[in-house]
Amino acid sequence: MKTVEVNDFIKSYGRLEAVKGISFSIDKGEIFGLIGPNGAGKTTTLRVIATLLQITQGTINVLGIDVKEHPDQIRKNISYLPEDAGAYKNLTGRQYLQFMANFFTNDSTRDMVEKGVRIADLDQRIDDKIDTYSKGMKRRLLVGRALMNDPELAILDEPTSGLDVRNAQEIRSIIKQTAQNGTTILLSSHNMLEVEYLCQRIALIADGKIIEEGRPNDLKQKYKAENIEEVFMKVVQ
Amino acid sequence: MSPLGNILKKEIKELLTPGTVLPIVLITLIFGSIGNTMGGIEEEIQQLPVIGLINEDEGIYAPVITGIFQNRSNIVINSTTLSEKDQVIETVKEKDGTAVLIIPENFSDNILTDKPGKIEVYWIVKGTGIMDSIPSASVESLLYYAQHQISMTLIIQSNASSNASLIENPVITIDTTNLKGHEYPNISPGTITQILSTQSTTTPIVMMMIIIIAGGMVISSMALEKENKTLETLLTLPVRRVSIVTGKIAASAIVGLFLALIYMFGIGYYMQSLTFDAATGSTSFSLALSNFDMILVGISLFAALVAGLSLCMLLGTMAKNYKSAQTLTAPVTMMAIFPMILTMFTDFDTLPLALKTLVFAIPFSHPMMAQRALLFGDYTLVIGGIIYVVIFSIIVIGLVIWVFTTDRLLTGTVVGKKLARLRRKR
Repeated sequence: MKTVEVNDFIKSYGRLEAVKGISFSIDKGEIFGLIGPNGAGKTTTLRVIATLLQITQGTINVLGIDVKEHPDQIRKNISYLPEDAGAYKNLTGRQYLQFMANFFTNDSTRDMVEKGVRIADLDQRIDDKIDTYSKGMKRRLLVGRALMNDPELAILDEPTSGLDVRNAQEIRSIIKQTAQNGTTILLSSHNMLEVEYLCQRIALIADGKIIEEGRPNDLKQKYKAENIEEVFMKVVQ
Repeated sequence: MSPLGNILKKEIKELLTPGTVLPIVLITLIFGSIGNTMGGIEEEIQQLPVIGLINEDEGIYAPVITGIFQNRSNIVINSTTLSEKDQVIETVKEKDGTAVLIIPENFSDNILTDKPGKIEVYWIVKGTGIMDSIPSASVESLLYYAQHQISMTLIIQSNASSNASLIENPVITIDTTNLKGHEYPNISPGTITQILSTQSTTTPIVMMMIIIIAGGMVISSMALEKENKTLETLLTLPVRRVSIVTGKIAASAIVGLFLALIYMFGIGYYMQSLTFDAATGSTSFSLALSNFDMILVGISLFAALVAGLSLCMLLGTMAKNYKSAQTLTAPVTMMAIFPMILTMFTDFDTLPLALKTLVFAIPFSHPMMAQRALLFGDYTLVIGGIIYVVIFSIIVIGLVIWVFTTDRLLTGTVVGKKLARLRRKR
């Protein structure tokens, strides 16, 4: 069973068709990247898979469950990290993780919260109010939140967006480590070098359509390109 | 912890910040201090006015005046000659006094020869505020009383066989007021209005404040979820939409009620200093609420609060950010102020049909009208109102939950699947 199966998926906002019939699938434990320019339809696709938006046409199954029919069941097994996501400013980092962990289990949440604290790696600052955090600290906390419950599928929208090199590198390592532990990762980025480093397979998306899909190395060979950025430019041309 | 309890706890923690509590505490302190000042006025009224007196008259009417002022004012200097006028004024000024009364030597003679007796009053006024006018008003009322006493003496002197009180008050009215089919003996409409004035003002103000405070919180809470980009995360968690909606409404109701209580503590103190003791007055004229009536008022208040907060939640789903949320509170505020003003100045039964329908349609009107309606046994309006408000709340909460399951919450648009297909076919 595929972790994610997308078939002929279309998403419209009124007259605007944001996603124009795309299909792809992701295997368990795989890191799959959706790459493309702003407005290509990446975030819309991730939001629909994360059960936030409704499908206009087509089918999407997550862990074998139809997102349209049983979104509640899917939410128990996924984690979604939106681009530029925020956290509740009046809570401390630990309180925020505790609040989120309470939704996933009725038993003790201590281990889950501790895992979140470990991933966030904020030392003593974890007990400070989120309002006092820098952008990098906030993003690390949110990544900790997204991965602390060992989701079967983690959907990460631009996970390193706006971060400095050091913070971005740390988050990439955490993502790789999480996938090695069995979590399937679906991420979007317009940082093509990052995607090439992280993803086992990628789909290039432009104007709501997938224009190419495959392993980064295979695509580089196919288009005789040095990196994915070059592949993308050649495909678009 | 249940998802609802988890959301409730987080929401209360988010809402109950110094930023939300401090302004209410400040307003309470302001109203409290105004109430204190009003209390000060009462004390001032009870104090005897300080005056100076120059009495040159040795006739029979001057003692009526001097007697009254000796008993009911504090005469700090007493003189019998006008030549000491400046000295008397200075003394009264030094003693923080209000007036110097000068009774000239021909005062009684003038009255006895059918001419008005003149009293010269030299006023010493320190300011133009309400507090500053109280001592002079006291002296004026004493002068009026003295004039009344001289009138009575004159009536007795002119016709010894007559009853002076009867001549002054030859007619007594015996009131029976028929109000809404009930007869109230020995009470005039004006007195009933005065008795009910507290109920007509306090409950509408309480309701309005709760709706404005708690409603503003719900709208802002939704707006902040969007502005801080926490809503997307919340909506992908394994928690039912109804728990999110209920948690937010319940938390705002709890915090809103708490803040409204603080606020009402201040305004209650302020109102107490202004209004007539309605409880005592109403009980003596069989215009009191029974325990059952009080329960109905409570249910009406609670139902209106839930309706108001649900409506605010619906408006909150339309807010893009905190700034736009502030604009969205305006229609709710208007909906709370309109019935408040109306119920303070008019009675629901006397309104034209169109206005009656409008007032009935606004859920906040019902607790504002309930107390007065129950005093006159109008259970149909109150129970009918509660049923209407409950149905209104269920519909609005249903709408909110529906919005939570659509794209509107995040994208601001709702496109049904069938509609989208139709558009594509075209």
